[in-house]
Amino acid sequence: MAHEHKLEIFRGLLKFKSNVSKIWGVLIFLTIVTTVEVALGIIKPESLTGTYVLGMKLINWIFIILTLVKAYYIAWDFMHLRDEKSALRRAIVWTPIFLVLYLVFILLVEADYIYEVFKNGFVKWNF
Amino acid sequence: MDSTVTTGTKAAVWGGGNKPLNASYGKLMMWFFLVSDALTFSGFIASYGFSRFKFIETWPIADEVFTHVPFFHGNYPMYYVAFMTFILIMSSVTMVLAVDAGHKMQKNKVIWYMFATIIGGAIFVGSQAWEWGTFIKGDHGAIETKGGRILQFVKADTGERASLRDFAKTIPSERANHESKNGIWFFSEGSLPSYTVNEVAEGFKANPNILIRTETITEEGEKTLLNREQSLAKLKDAKYVVEGANLIHNEYGSRLFADFFFFITGFHGFHVFSGVVINVIIFFNVILGTYERRGHYEMVEKVGLYWHFVDLVWVFVFTFFYLV
Repeated sequence: MAHEHKLEIFRGLLKFKSNVSKIWGVLIFLTIVTTVEVALGIIKPESLTGTYVLGMKLINWIFIILTLVKAYYIAWDFMHLRDEKSALRRAIVWTPIFLVLYLVFILLVEADYIYEVFKNGFVKWNF
Repeated sequence: MDSTVTTGTKAAVWGGGNKPLNASYGKLMMWFFLVSDALTFSGFIASYGFSRFKFIETWPIADEVFTHVPFFHGNYPMYYVAFMTFILIMSSVTMVLAVDAGHKMQKNKVIWYMFATIIGGAIFVGSQAWEWGTFIKGDHGAIETKGGRILQFVKADTGERASLRDFAKTIPSERANHESKNGIWFFSEGSLPSYTVNEVAEGFKANPNILIRTETITEEGEKTLLNREQSLAKLKDAKYVVEGANLIHNEYGSRLFADFFFFITGFHGFHVFSGVVINVIIFFNVILGTYERRGHYEMVEKVGLYWHFVDLVWVFVFTFFYLV
């Protein structure tokens, strides 16, 4: 088996000399992202919790985007999807993304509808 | 086959044994499993989102639920989960290093990195058990109303949470636990809470410094604090005293929160546990030199994929349970 590793992250912005140093580099990056998440979660800045984007607080969008960033680097560098053939990588990544987006869309829309029914319909539940 | 084929490239296509995805059978099967497992977890987390959006105005605030750190008293939201997350990422790193050492056929390095991975996994599972224990035991105690809603107590002067033991009165009463030996069938009831509803209500009336907090979240993202009159009126609906959380009652708020917490972190914790077990098996195989004789360490790589997947899932659980 050939074990060639692609040693660039951030689209070639950062190049590592060996696979081991790339792993440590990714760890440092993931740690920074987690620290930012936890710091935001504890401080909860007014400017982020008060602003709404597409019906959700800006801070929650930041959390979700940072999570996807972390997931990307775990999958690409730890699970070495970066080194796999693109056909395999696409089959693995896009299948769940498509199905999950679809499921999340219908479930959240339905949940919001039920919320409205509980709120405005003649249902008494909060007593 | 070969005799009927004229060109070399066609032989490679029809003769079998080629790998269009450049991955071995075992690795592909591991990816099949991981993708389907990812969909399972997505289903759970999406249904968590469903329940949360349904009760978006009354859902518990995670910062107020998970506030403990082992060996420390006080209010430290998030720190311990952040530590757990870091431990799991760290053990993922030692796992990649083990895979990398395996590619270079460095047996001793693989052994030590696998060992570190197992230790990290064990610390994580232990931390999760501790989280569960703290969550089940509960913190301040609360009152459940007839409608199944939770009323929590707050000190009016400081704004801190008030525990039931801070203000509940002790009123002697006759109430024995029903035991299975007195039952016709093997009925028995769970342990009684420390106080009766009456004791809490009387203590509340006697202590003007205590106010009630409902589940409803205000515009500022905090729980609604009632004034004294509203609190006294609300207390009339009290039905049960709730201490801690289980699948039926939950002192932190919506019981669905506890149900999903147990189910999703439990399912993830089971994955971590089985990951540790599989890691231990591979660890001993490495020590015995199985992969040295086989000529490659692909087994370590496959187990590594599973281990990173567990880490990947935790990243999402962490976000949707503790941050968002």
